[in-house]
Amino acid sequence: MKKVSLEVNGRKITKDIPDHTILSVLLRDILNLTGTHIGCDTSQCGACVVHIDGKSIKSCTTLAAEVNGSKVTTIEGLAKNGKMHPMQEAFKKMHGLQCGFCTPGMVMSAIDLLQNKKNPSDTEIRDWLEGNICRCTGYQNIVAAVKEAASKM
Amino acid sequence: MKKFNYHLVKDIKEAKKLSSPNSTFLAGGMTTIPSMKLGLGTYKDIIDIKGIKKLSGIKVSGKILKIGATTKHVEVANSKEVKKSIPSLAALAEGIGDPQVRNKGTIGGSIANNDPAADYPSACIALNASINTSNNRKIDSENFFRGLFETALKKGEIIESIEFEIPLKSNYQKFPNPASRYAIVGVYVSKYKSGTNVAVTGAKSCVYNDKDLSKALSNNFSSSAIDKVKISSSGMSSDIHASGNYRANMVKVFAKKAVEAC
Ligand SMILES: Cc1cc2nc3c(=O)[nH]c(=O)nc-3n(C[C@H](O)[C@H](O)[C@H](O)COP(=O)(O)OP(=O)(O)OC[C@H]3O[C@@H](n4cnc5c(N)ncnc54)[C@H](O)[C@@H]3O)c2cc1C
Ligand code: FES
Ligand code: FES
Repeated sequence: MKKVSLEVNGRKITKDIPDHTILSVLLRDILNLTGTHIGCDTSQCGACVVHIDGKSIKSCTTLAAEVNGSKVTTIEGLAKNGKMHPMQEAFKKMHGLQCGFCTPGMVMSAIDLLQNKKNPSDTEIRDWLEGNICRCTGYQNIVAAVKEAASKM
Repeated sequence: MKKFNYHLVKDIKEAKKLSSPNSTFLAGGMTTIPSMKLGLGTYKDIIDIKGIKKLSGIKVSGKILKIGATTKHVEVANSKEVKKSIPSLAALAEGIGDPQVRNKGTIGGSIANNDPAADYPSACIALNASINTSNNRKIDSENFFRGLFETALKKGEIIESIEFEIPLKSNYQKFPNPASRYAIVGVYVSKYKSGTNVAVTGAKSCVYNDKDLSKALSNNFSSSAIDKVKISSSGMSSDIHASGNYRANMVKVFAKKAVEAC
């Protein structure tokens, strides 16, 4: 067992967990933060993307013990005082989702893009979202949503 | 996933002490964790080497660019030193996988793994790299990459850093697998005063220096020199992505692209 302390969405937590606990499992099954989705579970699809100290990573391919002491932000941590994050607003406004399964990962990844590049081009958005697979939208509206968010953030 | 013990180590000594036939080192985990989930690897002890400070960092001294083993792809891609000394290497790092893979994956992990379609091994061969290890060995790239997922590393030996020789000019071009971005074929060309190296990845079961292309370009550094070289499809990988003949042809196409972009 390992004692793991994290700040998850601004809340400090400490848990005793088995060494082999994957971060996505800690978030979903132990902390009940089921907004982080698991699609492929082998680092291909991006449904599980969260931020560790502000940078996007795939939580299905990260051990909880590896990020001990870090700040974790999940999709549940984006809204402030009941108001959606501009990226969430933009996905809603531009119809950037259909079934919504890929959406938490898309949103977390896209926010990291805007942290790196303020006004990305369509190509830059598509390149950045390389690791996020969507089975529904055809991506067009996702790109439109990221552009919309870029204009607001 | 099967149970294991996780150890975060502070130095090489501690890592070596914990190392056993049932252990593995963990860097970015981008290969290790999925393969454990798929049952391709089972370990009793996972030794996380990311806490070893001296394994990370980027430094140029004279004609050598030295990169620590646990330096992440994103750090190489964004590094001012790398962009200035060997821009093609920064571009290679920027082209690996996706942003989340680059935020965790490391150069040492990529080289130790020696995936036949990985990008970094071609950079090592083309840029006359030597690989420094915890056994006080300095291994030439040509002797390091031994075969399919096989390297000269002994059990428990840790890559500490990679030293690249800064070329006059260089370029890397790949035909990426549209899903993973691994190279279906990747060609790294680098020109030195003493001659030109052409390293090829993705095409065969292990990265290699194409001696015929290297010789042709050493004599005449132009894409027309490549036209005259015959690339045999013998030994080329054949799979759902590309046949051996197609790969052989792509080696030429991408070698030309790389020379033209130099
Ligand atoms: C979706 C996806 C797409 C990818 N696309 C590409 C791509 O386009 N091009 C490409 O080249 N790669 C690609 N990769 C692989 C990626 O670059 C990995 O980062 C790399 O293969 C392994 O590095 P790591 O740091 O994650 O190593 P780990 O998974 O932690 O380790 C891999 C192996 O290396 C050993 N090891 C790690 N560090 C050391 C060291 N310092 N000394 C000795 N042994 C060590 C480990 O014990 C293990 O056996 C992709 C991976 C994924 C998941
Ligand atoms: S669930 Fe993590 S990348 Fe697919
Ligand atoms: S909205 Fe259904 S997978 Fe993207």
